[in-house]
Amino acid sequence: MAQIFAYILHSNGELDDSALELLAAAKKIDPDVDVTAIVTGSGIDDVCKKAAESFKTVWKIDSDALSYPNAEVVRKALLNMLPSDCFVLLPQDTFGMDLGPGLSVKMDSAFVGDVVDIEGVEGNTLKTIRQEFSGQVSTHVHCDVSAGAVINVRPGVFQPAEGQAGEVVDKSGEIGDVSAKRKFIEIQEAEVGEVDITKSEVLVSVGRGIEDEENLEMVFELAEAMGADVSCSRPIVDAKWLEKSRQVGTSGMTVKPKVYMALGISGSFQHMGGVKGNPFIVAINKNPKAPIFQVADVGVEADILEFVPELTEKIKEL
Amino acid sequence: MEILVCVKRVPDTAENEIELNAEGNDIERDDLVYSVNEWDNYAVEEAIQMVDKHGGSVTVVTVGDEESEEVLRREMAMGAEKGILLSDDAFEGSDGKGVAAILKAAVEKGSYDLIMTGAQADEGYAQVGGMLAAMLDYPYASLVNSIEVGDGKLKVGREVEGGNIEMNEIELPCVLSIQTGINEPRYVGIRGIRKVASVEIPAMGASDLGIDAGSVGEDAAKVRRIDYFVPEMGEGAEMLEGSTDEIIDKLIELLKSKGGIK
Ligand SMILES: Cc1cc2nc3c(=O)[nH]c(=O)nc-3n(C[C@H](O)[C@H](O)[C@H](O)COP(=O)(O)OP(=O)(O)OC[C@H]3O[C@@H](n4cnc5c(N)ncnc54)[C@H](O)[C@@H]3O)c2cc1C
Ligand SMILES: Nc1ncnc2c1ncn2[C@@H]1O[C@H](COP(=O)(O)O)[C@@H](O)[C@H]1O
Repeated sequence: MAQIFAYILHSNGELDDSALELLAAAKKIDPDVDVTAIVTGSGIDDVCKKAAESFKTVWKIDSDALSYPNAEVVRKALLNMLPSDCFVLLPQDTFGMDLGPGLSVKMDSAFVGDVVDIEGVEGNTLKTIRQEFSGQVSTHVHCDVSAGAVINVRPGVFQPAEGQAGEVVDKSGEIGDVSAKRKFIEIQEAEVGEVDITKSEVLVSVGRGIEDEENLEMVFELAEAMGADVSCSRPIVDAKWLEKSRQVGTSGMTVKPKVYMALGISGSFQHMGGVKGNPFIVAINKNPKAPIFQVADVGVEADILEFVPELTEKIKEL
Repeated sequence: MEILVCVKRVPDTAENEIELNAEGNDIERDDLVYSVNEWDNYAVEEAIQMVDKHGGSVTVVTVGDEESEEVLRREMAMGAEKGILLSDDAFEGSDGKGVAAILKAAVEKGSYDLIMTGAQADEGYAQVGGMLAAMLDYPYASLVNSIEVGDGKLKVGREVEGGNIEMNEIELPCVLSIQTGINEPRYVGIRGIRKVASVEIPAMGASDLGIDAGSVGEDAAKVRRIDYFVPEMGEGAEMLEGSTDEIIDKLIELLKSKGGIK
């Protein structure tokens, strides 16, 4: 069986949640495998030690050139040390999306993006499960891994695995030439908006199902009647109907309300990735097969444009 | 600046509920409404705005069947000057690398400073842009939501977790995958489409592109979709049933008990 590597993201000395999820995914590829964690950065001894609590082997790749994980630089460093025909696991986040597809080309291995489950390997075939059309249908996807594979794993779907302690191996000497045509400059922090939805206990969240900017008024009326704040999905922000600080999701805010009411939101993983703390989720959607109904506690199949004003009226009467 | 934008024709999820067919092995394809992939519209708009400011021209390209021509025409109605259809029976069943290899051949037939793709398409792989860049040995940045043109290089913002922006400098030529929200794509009316209705759109196949037919398409694909299915799910949501009044009453009771109404 080929070697399996997991790239470990970290910030402020802590491992990213994806670390042990990748370990879980690796065990579904091969239950007996010793997974090697790859940690890049500068001044990363503590993170490597933490990784070595769960991974049999931890590759420490320490260099000033890697102080920020620029995908092009990381790719070059990895190509200088990864064995051929291996598996590389990455999270399907903004870093994994940046690195994975190009890495697979350079390694001449297969690529499968946004994997939600792994059924195992049979011969040279890796059997994975994916979703299409933002989760509306699932698919079995088979991948020829005879020359290895880069697998991007959806964050949050694999239960973090229990690892076994191991040791750190310093690979920093093998980085080689990592000169790059793309240079990292800086991170610009997201702007703070008029409401802080990360502190809200009750959120009325609106998605593309609202259809028109004018219709947002009914959402604000409902929220006011409930004593809730209004948040939204990404398309509402893309259309500039609401400010970015109201966007829930991986590229928006992470919220932890007690009650989350999703109006005309399909329930993509990037949206639900921002809903934490196990709130009571109510979904109102006109499509009974919308993926949001898989994660909601209570669902209503209805046209929000008709349902929301009626609901608001009744709440006002209380 | 000569810009090539890769666009894909996809089922429009805003217009269709995607469902399994009776056999349960494919999606129901009759009556599907197709449109251009949402992300690609933003890429084309961005390219047009860059050319308006800095000169040059925008070309749109797609790998697909004859029907894919309609999305090229739509993007040309937005303001792209040229369209190229890459179509061949040998291309069918290509995986991401196959599509990227076909696009690479098309890139090499022209002379472009900048190539753009959408961040992801209907299948959610988010792969073609990064693969194309690696095959061309061009630098790449994904999830781009701002572009500033400099001398031989661009300053690009990548949208990363939490809505933060990662600023990068990237040398030209390069490949960028574009994230939604970078601009407001212009509206295309029937009139605009009519204007470009008779523009010639060249189609190129494997031999025109100098591609070995065996290196793309189904036989070369390492990644294959076996079927579509509806997964056995846990319980899912408790669906409230009854008349609208009854549903609203139940919902209000639930919201009250969970602290959802203050
Ligand atoms: C890197 C990356 C990061 C992303 N980050 C985020 C993020 O932070 N947050 C985020 O939200 N998205 C994010 N996205 C986008 C995400 O993939 C989805 O495209 C998005 O969440 C869809 O939003 P939506 O559910 O509002 O729209 P859609 O998916 O279009 O769903 C609309 C829903 O409304 C229903 N509907 C339509 N009309 C009505 C009606 N009249 N009454 C009732 N229901 C109706 C439809 O059945 C459908 O289920 C990200 C994508 C990428 C690639
Ligand atoms: N068949 C295709 N023809 C042209 N461009 C494509 C095609 N498939 C994917 N792309 C481009 O690659 C981007 C990402 O798609 P994907 O990698 O399939 O998620 C799309 O937004 C397009 O810009």
